[in-house]
Amino acid sequence: MQGYIYPNEFELQWSLLIVLYPYITGLVAGAFILASLERVFNVKEVQPTYRLSLLTALAFLLVATLPLLAHLGHPERSYEIFLTPNRKSAMAMFGFVYAWYLMVVLLVEIWFDYRADMVQWYQQSSGLRRWFYYALTLGATDVSEKSLKFDDSAGRWITIIGIPSAFLLHGYVGFIFGSIKANPWWSSVLMPVVFLFSAIVSGIALVLVIYMLTTMFRWRKIDMACLEKLAQFLFYALIVDFSLEALDFLHRLYESEESIEILSQMIQSRLFISLIVLQVLMGTVIPLILLALTSPALRKGGFVKAAPELKQLIFLTSAVLVQIGVFSIRWNVVIGGQLFSKSLRGLTVYKVELLGIEGLAVTMGLLLLPFVILWVLVKVLPPWSDTEASAPSPVAG
Amino acid sequence: MMAEDGRIPGSSPSPPEAEDLGRREFLSEVLTVCGGAVPLFLGAVRVPLAAAQDSEYDATEHFYGMGVDVNRCIGCGRCVNACTVENDVPPEPHFTNTWVERYIIGTDGTVIVDSPDAGINGFPPTEHEEGILKTFFVPKLCNHCEEAPCVQVCPVGATFATEDGVVLVDEDYCIGCRYCIQACPYGARYLHPEKHVAGKCTFCYHRLVEGLVPACVEVCPTGARIFGEVEGRPTPLAQFMRFNMVQVLKPHLNTKPKVYYANLDGEVR
Repeated sequence: MQGYIYPNEFELQWSLLIVLYPYITGLVAGAFILASLERVFNVKEVQPTYRLSLLTALAFLLVATLPLLAHLGHPERSYEIFLTPNRKSAMAMFGFVYAWYLMVVLLVEIWFDYRADMVQWYQQSSGLRRWFYYALTLGATDVSEKSLKFDDSAGRWITIIGIPSAFLLHGYVGFIFGSIKANPWWSSVLMPVVFLFSAIVSGIALVLVIYMLTTMFRWRKIDMACLEKLAQFLFYALIVDFSLEALDFLHRLYESEESIEILSQMIQSRLFISLIVLQVLMGTVIPLILLALTSPALRKGGFVKAAPELKQLIFLTSAVLVQIGVFSIRWNVVIGGQLFSKSLRGLTVYKVELLGIEGLAVTMGLLLLPFVILWVLVKVLPPWSDTEASAPSPVAG
Repeated sequence: MMAEDGRIPGSSPSPPEAEDLGRREFLSEVLTVCGGAVPLFLGAVRVPLAAAQDSEYDATEHFYGMGVDVNRCIGCGRCVNACTVENDVPPEPHFTNTWVERYIIGTDGTVIVDSPDAGINGFPPTEHEEGILKTFFVPKLCNHCEEAPCVQVCPVGATFATEDGVVLVDEDYCIGCRYCIQACPYGARYLHPEKHVAGKCTFCYHRLVEGLVPACVEVCPTGARIFGEVEGRPTPLAQFMRFNMVQVLKPHLNTKPKVYYANLDGEVR
């Protein structure tokens, strides 16, 4: 502790778990927006990641509520947010936004996209497996050309609805923080927009990593055109994200409101590692340079000619760095917003505990859980399009 | 400024006299003991009393606020102590419904603020007498804002403003999300470590409905805290606001606080 803080500020209200919440919803929104690139904006190169993106979004969305629930003082009362929401509260809308996104957008889009495959798997398999896939088709086993066409057009429309919904899902999380006028670190109209673009950045980077790793572990050849396109979009999203962050920073600095002194102190001391080193330098500047040099973002083929294997390594490194950077953004927002006193006269400290419900162990568990779910989803609904073509599978062989 | 018996002057209708209460209590006790329901003893006494007051107290007739005269506060911390005794304030020293801040402003413009254990035990002497321009104490508490951000953000409506202008928390309803604590610009809220719901100053609402002033107001030896109706009545608060230049904390946030400070220094946030 340094300076003066109000007596009730000795305890930090929102801990590591609440850092996780915007991080995870950001990945959901970002992965979905990447999927929509192929579907709505006809970026054909990223097609190999389309289904993977949707499943990734679903896996993370299923986990998104857990850190919130674990953090509530009375999780058993959480249903009240659905039954008697306070319509003036930004947080009260959470349940509805979440439910809309899960039920109306993500599940429906995945269902339409997989329906024909599910019918095929149902017809080809036997026993329990057969009934399982039949249940997944919801009895809609018509695979005539007309119905397939309908699937396609329905999926397209849902994606079109899905893009603003994904914006809503994550922009809304930004609004929860940005609308708190009591907190000068949070209170910013740019907050939802910054959240959104950092979400897109993190989503693209995550799918890039998952695509590379899953392709490598399946001993398939990585589609370089796809990877380069991902790297290119990652670069663009990162530029927008960084510009917005820089704008926010400059705006605060130039306006120099009464909070500027304590916030500067906080950045120079408490947030130096997580903001300057991790978020800006490692999470933004280094990936930007790497991607500018090697991806086709600024020049076809990149400025530096490199072997595909080296490029893959560079893209992978950039994507991992970007993940660290985006996690730091969430940390700096959530934790940073609580490290200074609202008296603007002092700084407090936050120590992450190892065990306990809000500790590091639970956080790591919650970060790994989506990957377990994704693994199950991939087993049930294989997203690969290259299985039959490039590999001897037992069915085809 | 305040009636001797701790009642809110001008509050109507006046509650039963202390003597009557005693008589009624006595009768209840006799009846209960006669009924042989000794374990229900206290409950049996309290229920009819509460019912009687509910019918008498009309929240629509009141709109409460508090005045704080900074010049009168001596930093004794009795208000903090009284609040802790009167209300279910958690035992940890760092949670509190009300607290007192000490400001030490140096001749070179430096400002040192402290509030050891919320000021409950008073303040240690200043280390150096030299170089001090001025010092003063500022009692703080929930401002019971008319446009309370905590009420706005509560996702389930567990935090609400009563008709008589008091911001309360429904403990059976609060989900413990802590959004209200984040939204309060004054640091007036905390999460109760045992109940796991938001805790805060209630203006001693249980006393208000009995026609009594909040505990902190009653015990203040210098009359630095003044309680009453914000407008329309010749109460001590109305008088205080009429004869002093008053201001509220963080007015730029437009929360419309109902704790009014007289003689407040610009350094106080």
